[in-house]
Amino acid sequence: MNSSDLSQQMAQRWHDQVRMHTEPQRSCCEMECPAGLLPEIARWLFAELDYSFAGLIVEEDPAQWALRYEFHRAREDAPVQVLVRRALDEKTFPSISDCVHAADWHEREAEDMFGLLFEGHPRLGDFILHDDVWPEGVEPMRHQFNAQRSVPERRPNPHWRLRRIVQAPGAFAMPIGPVFSGLAESVHFQLETVGEDVIRCVPRLFYKYRGIEKIAEGRSPEDVLLLAERFCATSAFAHALSFSQAMETIGGVAPPPRARRLRVFLAELERLRHHVAALEGICESTALTVAASQMALLQEELLRLGGALTGHRYLFGLLTPGGLRCDLEDGACRRAIAATRDILRRLRQLEKMLQFSSSFLDRLEEVGVVGTKDARTHGLVGPVARASGVVRDLRKVLPYCDYEAFTFETPMESEGDGYARLRILFAEAAQSASIMQQAGAALCAGPVHTPCPSRPGAALGWVEAPRGAAFCWLRISEDGQVARYRLMPPSFANWHGLHLATENFAFQDFPIILATFDLSVAENDR
Amino acid sequence: MSQWVRIGIKTRIKTTHYPAQAETAPGVSPGLPQGGAYAAADVSSLVNLCPTKAISPGLVKDSLIVDYRRCIHCFRCVHGATTPLRWEKGWQWAAGGQKCDGVASGPEGNRLGRVFARSVHIIVVDAGDCGACLNEVKQLNNPYYNMHRLGFFLTPTPRHADILLVVGPLTEHMRLPLLKTYEAMPTPKRVIAVGACALSGGVFGPSFISGAGVGQALPVDVQVPGHPPPPLAILHGLLVAVGRQTPATITSGAPVSLEATTR
Repeated sequence: MNSSDLSQQMAQRWHDQVRMHTEPQRSCCEMECPAGLLPEIARWLFAELDYSFAGLIVEEDPAQWALRYEFHRAREDAPVQVLVRRALDEKTFPSISDCVHAADWHEREAEDMFGLLFEGHPRLGDFILHDDVWPEGVEPMRHQFNAQRSVPERRPNPHWRLRRIVQAPGAFAMPIGPVFSGLAESVHFQLETVGEDVIRCVPRLFYKYRGIEKIAEGRSPEDVLLLAERFCATSAFAHALSFSQAMETIGGVAPPPRARRLRVFLAELERLRHHVAALEGICESTALTVAASQMALLQEELLRLGGALTGHRYLFGLLTPGGLRCDLEDGACRRAIAATRDILRRLRQLEKMLQFSSSFLDRLEEVGVVGTKDARTHGLVGPVARASGVVRDLRKVLPYCDYEAFTFETPMESEGDGYARLRILFAEAAQSASIMQQAGAALCAGPVHTPCPSRPGAALGWVEAPRGAAFCWLRISEDGQVARYRLMPPSFANWHGLHLATENFAFQDFPIILATFDLSVAENDR
Repeated sequence: MSQWVRIGIKTRIKTTHYPAQAETAPGVSPGLPQGGAYAAADVSSLVNLCPTKAISPGLVKDSLIVDYRRCIHCFRCVHGATTPLRWEKGWQWAAGGQKCDGVASGPEGNRLGRVFARSVHIIVVDAGDCGACLNEVKQLNNPYYNMHRLGFFLTPTPRHADILLVVGPLTEHMRLPLLKTYEAMPTPKRVIAVGACALSGGVFGPSFISGAGVGQALPVDVQVPGHPPPPLAILHGLLVAVGRQTPATITSGAPVSLEATTR
């Protein structure tokens, strides 16, 4: 459905209460509606028209609040942004999370960060700013809050406890983390049970919250690029790419063809490395040591490949708005492709061996099942969603960087269990290697950088990061500095759905389900 | 299951020979910029290129000092410069603690000593890391680096740990878990701060939510710079902590007194 069809339907339903505004060059369709209509419109887009919810962007203008709800659907449709404005002293908005469940955590975040209230939201409270450390009424994302003020020593309240949900005879809560298990990222889990099975799984996140969105404000785009690249190193290139693309949209420039292909090449190298690391995690969680070691060898080889090719093992310092900072040699790319071909061959061999390792399969099959309906209402993204029958790959749905020029299939499985997620990771790794080959073959001579001016304006950037759809919203102020940098990373969406997989499965399955869910705390906590 | 045994044997030994021999494989380290003498015209432009103020003019005329605690591998002093900064692809970067700045303060200094030389247990605390440092520490467990051969072991409990390895700028929410972990460790114990974020706050701190490194909360015995430090650099840091390798300096191109220049 194109935007004129959409606006006709809107006009029929809500007459002139909703104003449509299309920006052809940004291919984004903005609908401004009164706050009261928001739940109805969100339900219509999400439930009837099958749009996916990408995230909520809250902006504090000098005089009013602007809340933008991002939706997207298919290649033919422009992404839709539902905009609600209200005066600054009116801080209550209707909640949409009863129908668009994916908005749940976005609303909790807005409550914590801006002090907004969402009417009808069931559970608001301890989320980003931990209640045992921070007093009530701290709203870090408001303009008057000084981000550079250093932290005063705060004494956590020792009597504070996470709320328990299960109230039954013999029920107990098992706390895990934030420091646990050797090399795990910092996160706390409260697993509630009356015996063998996990009945409720409540992850407590944001131990690693670094306030990227806040400290980005007022900095130059060059400085914010460093933040975009460094808040989650396992998908650094993807997030830097999404930032750069937002800058390019605002500046109205397109990077030269060679830069676009090299970006695809490196983004797929990162995806391949990430998927191999995720597979290593799964093998390790099932205590299949040899397979984990084999995967670790492949991961280190891919890290070295990135290091030899770009100078940095995690591909830092290469991207810039307008293209790339330096060119890569064609010969080096060809050698990298040959190396990935060999890595893929060995990965395929391991895949075959894993398919015949019954002790391994027993731990994955029919464990941690997420149904298609749940995956959709919770707005899961990436390989996790695709294992549950929800495909929506941004490389296909909202193509960027000439992805439409490459042939690849987004894999899909419908079982939604750990094994389906494993198969998706293997299939996507193979696709990535194939895209790298195509991008390498399509490299043309030419420059890799176009100057990208820092003009005032705002734009959405997106990228299919290794863990799924990543969106960012960037606003540049009149003086060329960043006024708002909103991050909507895939892990934020998928952490919200983790309980779907872990609840009603045994305790000993928990680490395996966690490994197959392939979550990053750094990406979520940002 | 015999297939797994077979593939394990067929893979043969992949482990690096470091520290007995140098590792020469490409891509093991991103390297670090080098200070020292530079042309007068380049000094100020190179200083301005650095977003984290890691590069500063030296005390000697026409020279530069690079503070590795602040270098975040953005490569702007290379890709953006008319005369790029010299880079060296080494990895033996680990320096002594913040108090003694790479100089051992006694016969044993702040090292763990011989008793621990071949059996050291390490607990890792993620204090707001982006995932890179943690992943590089993880690589030490893989066959390419295999830190077990050198007597280093990871432990999930602070009660068994001799070394606290901290990554990340120390976020406000991780301050208490970090301090609790440190207090739960038996003495003697040592702290290794890994990565530019843990040493200076990196691009994140200091701010309302993250600190300017681990040194604000704990006494740091070994500093491993890099963003992230490659596995070999972290291995070097571990070897420095037990006195099996000599520490490097945390700055490059510093003339005499570090105290005077790195402030």
